[in-house]
Amino acid sequence: MSQQQRSGRPSSDRLSPSRKKAVIDIRNITKTYKMGTFDLKVLKGVTLKIYPGEFLSIMGPSGSGKSTLMNILGALDTPTSGKYLLDGEDVSQLSEDQLARIRNKKIGFVFQSFNLLKRTEAIRQVELPLIYSTNVRNRSRLAKRALESVGLGQRLDHLPSELSGGQQQRVAIARALVTSPSVVLADEPTGNLDSRSGTEVMQIFQRLNEQQGITTVFVTHDPWIARHTQRVIMLRDGKIIADERVKEPLIAGEVERPSDAEELQGIFEETYYGGDESEYT
Amino acid sequence: MNLSETFRIAISSLLINRMRSALTTLGIVIGVGAVIGLVSLGRGVEAFIAAEFQTLGSNILEISSSQPNSPTRSRIAPLTTIEAADLANPFTAPDIRQIAATYESSGIITAGSERTQAAITGVTANYAEVRSWPVMLGTFITPADVEDTQRVAVIGLDVVETLFGSREANPVGQSIQVNDRSFTVIGVMSERGGSFGISEDGAVIVPITTAQTRLDNARARDGGYLLTRMYVEVIDEEAVEDARQDIETYLNQAHGIIFDDEQDYTISSASDILSIVNQISSLLTVFLVMIASISLLVGGIGVMNIMLVSVTERTREIGLRKAVGARQGDILAQFLMESIMLSFIGGILGIALGWVVSVLVTAFVADLTVTVSPDAVILATGISTLVGVFFGYYPARRAASMKPIDALRFE
Ligand SMILES: Nc1ncnc2c1ncn2[C@@H]1O[C@H](COP(=O)(O)OP(=O)(O)O)[C@@H](O)[C@H]1O
Ligand SMILES: [Mg+2]
Repeated sequence: MSQQQRSGRPSSDRLSPSRKKAVIDIRNITKTYKMGTFDLKVLKGVTLKIYPGEFLSIMGPSGSGKSTLMNILGALDTPTSGKYLLDGEDVSQLSEDQLARIRNKKIGFVFQSFNLLKRTEAIRQVELPLIYSTNVRNRSRLAKRALESVGLGQRLDHLPSELSGGQQQRVAIARALVTSPSVVLADEPTGNLDSRSGTEVMQIFQRLNEQQGITTVFVTHDPWIARHTQRVIMLRDGKIIADERVKEPLIAGEVERPSDAEELQGIFEETYYGGDESEYT
Repeated sequence: MNLSETFRIAISSLLINRMRSALTTLGIVIGVGAVIGLVSLGRGVEAFIAAEFQTLGSNILEISSSQPNSPTRSRIAPLTTIEAADLANPFTAPDIRQIAATYESSGIITAGSERTQAAITGVTANYAEVRSWPVMLGTFITPADVEDTQRVAVIGLDVVETLFGSREANPVGQSIQVNDRSFTVIGVMSERGGSFGISEDGAVIVPITTAQTRLDNARARDGGYLLTRMYVEVIDEEAVEDARQDIETYLNQAHGIIFDDEQDYTISSASDILSIVNQISSLLTVFLVMIASISLLVGGIGVMNIMLVSVTERTREIGLRKAVGARQGDILAQFLMESIMLSFIGGILGIALGWVVSVLVTAFVADLTVTVSPDAVILATGISTLVGVFFGYYPARRAASMKPIDALRFE
């Protein structure tokens, strides 16, 4: 169980990532959509290394290519060009079934819209990735443990309709964790949640990263949420325009979100806050 | 992902849409039920016919006069007692055990104040034995009766009913008038029924000599007497063809026949008639089953339709499954399993429906026993499973080939 191995690793290890092998290593990734007669270049050469144990957020205005990048990182989509090494394995040119194996073994994906199966108990939701992987015994034990790690040990048999939005997202997180993936990718996981549930979910991600050293990549357009991560990537028009460490990551739930939006400005050198809110979804 | 897992997933997704699954299955139920019902009905009818003909005996050949097919010869040389005696001679036809001959006419039968028109069959004493048609009351005509041209009669149950008021009446010892001649009833034939509405229970059976000489003047040119029919009992079933050959050889010579189309007699066996009737009834069965198959086809299209709806409706589910590691084969198997189960369950219920139909038919149609045969069950199960595979493949393929990202983004 790599989850257990990781949890035993001292946290100082994660603070010097340069000496370690990157979990995610993308080089000059591009993504172009053919839109009839013209090409829509969504990613215009993205290069990025993410190291084991990192907790990283990707920010950027709506349409900047965050989801496109996440989908490529999650092996849900393939880049038009560029190289993608996941755990040292080149996954940029794999077949559909090989990608399925990668998604199953190495990636845990958390969606903005939860994407739970309807009318299915929490424990079954979490077991789902395990039924597609070979040689997994004790499916329900693993699923139960994953649900416990997101604080839903008492909700194993609940249906999605019997859970709050925050709880549903926690089921989805448990589902992402259950295979002990190399990296957990979350595309705006708090986007559909109220701020209290959002904080809850942040707490879980932080705790999992802290205690089990789970590498986590997080898309958000909320600078306050981003301040809870260790490193922030800024994306604009399909390019990385900033890649910075957060000076002092906030601990979810410890500090109240400032009600005054003004106060948020100036936290980062580059800021996209202000103007029309709908631009930042 | 293994088979039992696929099975479990399919069951749970079918249960999520209970109503829809049930209605989809109904199409298959009706199709399979119709196929099973009709196959069984066809079999039942065949068995019924076979049983009817079995009473004729499978080692019996029946010779009767018939119009020649030849355009140049239309005269019929009648069958005679001399010919019957020759044929019964082992040197002519070694495979023949015995021959029962009849001379048939009709007449007015009277008993007291009751009168009826009846078929009068003059028979040899071995008639009851050769035709496997025993008497129910009294005795049958004896060789002595034939020898002495006795005025005795054995009558069928229909005649008993007409003349004596009830089928339960015992007329043995009573006197009846046949064409104004007095006959003593010595027996009643057991109920025979008849093929295709022609009942033999209306017969008045008398010694053949009596029929030929007292009721009629049936002298033949060859010095014997005329015959209507000969029932030839062959030593066993395998020898029937040899016996037929011998009979043809003899009769062709006796009647001066050179070409087959000049034959003025017909030799028929129970198996001849049976095979023709069976041909007709199995043709009918095939035809009905083809019609029933159309409803099965419609049921299959229903499955395909619902599976396509289901695939579209569950696009995001498919996307999610792929996102967590389902391969194309897993998705294909899942949807294929669903359609197979829909139609398989439909097949099972359809078999039950067909069974109910056959039980009802058996209960309400006299003499017809309809049973669902195991091969029909296997056929129906196989076909319904194939329907599931065939009509489920396209939707399943469509689900399997979705790109995960497109499926996840589907609204
Ligand atoms: N499948 C697609 N076909 C065409 N254009 C797409 C597709 N997916 C995304 N895009 C376009 O790519 C751009 C970036 O989208 P996305 O990565 O979703 O941005 P973000 O997540 O940062 O809001 C948008 O302009 C969007 O319209
Ligand atoms: Mg997005």
